[in-house]
Amino acid sequence: MTLVGIDKIFRDEAGRALATLIRLVGDFDLAEDVLQEAFAAALERWPATEVPSNPRAWLVNVGRNKAIDRIRRQVAFRGKQDELTHEVVLNAETSTEDSDAVVADDMLRLIFTCCHPSFAPEVQVALTLRTVCSLTTAQVARAFLVSEEAMGQRLVRAKQKIRLAGIAYEVPGRDALEPRLRGVLAVIYLVFTEGYVATSGEELMRPDLAREAIRLARLLDALMPGRREIKGLLALMLLHDARREGRQTEGGDIVLLEEQDRALWDHNQIAEGLRLVEDALQLPGRAEVYTVQAAIAALHARASNFQETDWRQIAGLYEVLLRVSPSPVIELNHAAAISMVDGPARALDLIDALAARGGLKGYELLPAVRADLLRRLGRHEAAREAYLAATEATQLEPLRRLYARRLAELSDTRSPA
Amino acid sequence: MQYLLLIYRNEAELGKASQADRKQMMADYGAFTQSIIQSGHFKAGDGLQPTTTATTVRVRDGKILTTDGPFAETREQLGGYYLVEAKDLDTAIGIAARIPGAKAGSIEVRPVMVYDN
Repeated sequence: MTLVGIDKIFRDEAGRALATLIRLVGDFDLAEDVLQEAFAAALERWPATEVPSNPRAWLVNVGRNKAIDRIRRQVAFRGKQDELTHEVVLNAETSTEDSDAVVADDMLRLIFTCCHPSFAPEVQVALTLRTVCSLTTAQVARAFLVSEEAMGQRLVRAKQKIRLAGIAYEVPGRDALEPRLRGVLAVIYLVFTEGYVATSGEELMRPDLAREAIRLARLLDALMPGRREIKGLLALMLLHDARREGRQTEGGDIVLLEEQDRALWDHNQIAEGLRLVEDALQLPGRAEVYTVQAAIAALHARASNFQETDWRQIAGLYEVLLRVSPSPVIELNHAAAISMVDGPARALDLIDALAARGGLKGYELLPAVRADLLRRLGRHEAAREAYLAATEATQLEPLRRLYARRLAELSDTRSPA
Repeated sequence: MQYLLLIYRNEAELGKASQADRKQMMADYGAFTQSIIQSGHFKAGDGLQPTTTATTVRVRDGKILTTDGPFAETREQLGGYYLVEAKDLDTAIGIAARIPGAKAGSIEVRPVMVYDN
């Protein structure tokens, strides 16, 4: 077995092995430590021999034995048998089952624990990336644009809270499952959106984060099959991510949907996304945000070009979304769809009425959407002002360059008279 | 595990409550306390006099310094507590959510420290 091959096994199995070890040894930190030791043992042994037929079971077994050794040493050192350590050793010695169902449950326990609502959303995201997705602390720190040290401290505090505040390592019971699942999906979608449109910095996209989010949603769909909102979220992310290659130039500039070369889209991934949307819509349940958004993304993905898109149906779906979960983003998207059905003047009226009611306060894409509508209406001076306001409002370099291009175009079209 | 559930609410608003509302609140607290005594979660619990009765004590250079009022001026003030036994945080959060004061104020759930030796 090559080192690259071993590394791939570690990457694939780390989350599941950790999930089981936490249950067996009853402590996040101890489980992480002994899993590292198990990896080290594997690196020593596997290159010379065959890789065990079930590498995860091997890693869990070695990790568990290391944990038992450690606990025994501590007990001997302290000269007392405390009830908790006794229970851990007992637990670890009797639990040797490793069926797929048990491992799946462990993985769900880990996901629900990391996304516990008693953590701030950004802490839930960080914990999930670190433990469920097995990203390194340095990688998680990069995703949050903070130092590795700061992220390390944040993760240590979070794991301390799990232990000291008594956050149970379990899948919530039926009463609490729905709201808790919504929380988990929100975390996955946060990971994705940060990967899809970074909120600041040089790069427009962080495909690694988008990939992790898709991997998580696939896992959750496999662990909790037949749930509309999970399939809807997975479909939504696949369909958006399929457009990644078309969304920016090689120089890192933004290409808007209307100008994208649709041949660059990942059509296999689109096919998978479309199938999932169909599946999600067949499942019982009320309209919920992810599936409706996925249905909108599906209409974009099916259209052969921007003009031929079924804008009327898209505007209708945004109206459904506004009823299910009203937000400024959806208002703006609805207005943009209306501009394709009833023209930019109607859309501008909608947005200005909304802004007058204070419904879009502090929403940074508002001036950009207004600028685009004003430009299409030929109101160039007002469009210029709106693009300048849009430039002020964003911290993302590629967006600033897009607005600069638009401003330059507006200057070119200004008639000398 | 034991959790201290700290009940915070806005004293000024509470002061404006009608006689009937106060009576209702007392009845609600009475019923809630009974329910967690019966379920075996209750360890202790009390209401506190308002922060206008508080004195804050510090010792500096061996001298006792007292100031009139609470340690910090905040929008909501500590008005009472329950000490409960619960198997995990979710259980404690569930109990906290049923405290009558959770509807108008907020409940801080704090695990009680356990000493190793």
